[in-house]
Amino acid sequence: MNTNRALNVILGIYVALIFAFVFAPIIFSMIFSFNSQRFPTIPLGSFTTEWYAKILADPDVWEAALNSLIVSTCTALIATFLGFCTAYSDFRYNFRLKGPYLALILLPPTIPLIIMALAMLAWFSRIGMSGQLYSVIIAHSVLTAPFAMAVIRLRLNQMDPDLESAAWNLGGSEWQTMRHVIIPFCKPAIASALFLTAAVSFDEFAVSWFVSGLNKTLPVIILEIVQGNIDPQVNAIGTFVFLISMTLVVLAQIFFASRQLKSIRT
Amino acid sequence: MSEPLVVFDKVEKKFGSFVAVKQLDFEIREGEFLAIMGPSGCGKTTTLRMLAGLEAPSVGEIRLQGQVMNNVAPHQRDTPLVWQSLALFPFLTARQNVEFGLKMRGVDAAERKERALRWLDKMGILEFADRNISTLSGGQKQRVALARSLVMEPQILLLDEPLSALDAHLVIRMQAVLTDLQRELGITFVYVTHSQSEAFAMADRVIIMGKGEIAQIGTPKDIYRAPANQFVAEFVGRNNILSGRVAALSADSARITTPSGDFTVPTNDVSLTEGHNASFVISADLVHISLAEPESGNRAFCRLISEEFVGSMVTLFLEDRHGQEFKVQMQERELSRFDLHSGDEIWLSWDTASAHVLNET
Repeated sequence: MNTNRALNVILGIYVALIFAFVFAPIIFSMIFSFNSQRFPTIPLGSFTTEWYAKILADPDVWEAALNSLIVSTCTALIATFLGFCTAYSDFRYNFRLKGPYLALILLPPTIPLIIMALAMLAWFSRIGMSGQLYSVIIAHSVLTAPFAMAVIRLRLNQMDPDLESAAWNLGGSEWQTMRHVIIPFCKPAIASALFLTAAVSFDEFAVSWFVSGLNKTLPVIILEIVQGNIDPQVNAIGTFVFLISMTLVVLAQIFFASRQLKSIRT
Repeated sequence: MSEPLVVFDKVEKKFGSFVAVKQLDFEIREGEFLAIMGPSGCGKTTTLRMLAGLEAPSVGEIRLQGQVMNNVAPHQRDTPLVWQSLALFPFLTARQNVEFGLKMRGVDAAERKERALRWLDKMGILEFADRNISTLSGGQKQRVALARSLVMEPQILLLDEPLSALDAHLVIRMQAVLTDLQRELGITFVYVTHSQSEAFAMADRVIIMGKGEIAQIGTPKDIYRAPANQFVAEFVGRNNILSGRVAALSADSARITTPSGDFTVPTNDVSLTEGHNASFVISADLVHISLAEPESGNRAFCRLISEEFVGSMVTLFLEDRHGQEFKVQMQERELSRFDLHSGDEIWLSWDTASAHVLNET
């Protein structure tokens, strides 16, 4: 019992430290975004919303925000569609080379982002598709589809395999069964995948920076501001981006967790 | 009425090199309650799935009302199946589950609702119509699954071990529900099970399957009293099986010499040859016990090993000095006259007509 308690304390401290390392910079960035002083130093100056006013007045930031919104929305839709299709093909069919097929689908997140980004840039410029907003959407879809697939695949694995046959048996064609059984069953996972892929796309910097050209997204414009000079505007945009991503991830988690709980209860 | 409702014509099903079923040759008559029974892996579920179109036969033909069904897609057949897992749609209410098949067939919403509610009422679960499936009990889910298939008003209903997940007392109740329904609706039931009590209690005819082949087709009584071969005799259980050599043959009976003694058996339709091996069975409930040696007839002297009570019935497990096992089934009050303890030695006897010779296969 005693050793257990000691272990619990140590693990508690460990978890607290991890959270501190992950969130401390973000919290500091948030604090400094309301600080009147130009440089992030302690003691703090007075409270101000000057930096927020400044970015809200900047048309470049607005354009980048709009770009980010378009990219993440389109990416979420495309990646979730692709993820669903691959997850279903894995669930439904057995075929030779299924192992390599799945490995190939799950590959993109394992490639270092910078290599992925360079490869994308080289490929897009060769076929004359670089520097467009749709280039970013295509690249992000490739990058995030595996996440969508993983989430939806988990859900399909919870499905009674007889459910699909039962729908056919009751007179449902393959398409009717897809529409009235498979998709309703996967709905929470599909919602979760939409939010998750949107969050990943909204945050993504390296690939966006390489392939976006003049169509900058929010993470790209943050770097641009930082490169110019040290400007607390960055903290303000950072806070903004963080809150949006966090909201998306939390929403994804809510859909994910609620169905996990449901499956435990039933 | 020239052709039965369903005909399996030399059907065989292979999965890769594994032969799941072979030489399936039987028919299903209109309006009968047919049970397909056998140990797990005997091919009974594959047979049912082929009838529903979920598997295609590798060889042979399945005909439904004279029409070859081999390549008809499952959704184009009218063969609803009640699944072992029930396979109810968890995201729908009880009523929506029952309506599902009608919806797929394009029945309009008002009629769908009316028919679904009628069937839920018939099943005695109308009050749960708008409840989510996950909130229903096992017995209630079972009724939803039945209603979902029966609302299609099929000519034939397929059932794949539908009661295997229920508690024992619910099984008995659902058996009554099923037999009543089948009589009332007059539709054909094909019922797959590994449970002898379920099959014998409900079915008009039973098909016993073993290792992918049909071992015997017959009424429950045929199969119980006159098993066709050793496999059926062992599977049905509660049988005494004795093996020996044919010592003498007469017109309608034979004398068989076994290590436990010589016994007279009726030859029935089985062709026996003098000097050849033969086996015969005696149902456990047709064996009598006595303390004194019977004066004549078939008898064996045995030691009581153990006894097993099920309700008012008791099964005695005995063994003679040659290691031959015997089972005797009798009423408990009958047995109480004897005051037996394990280790006691008693005489068993049976009428010649109670024995049944097996076909050697």
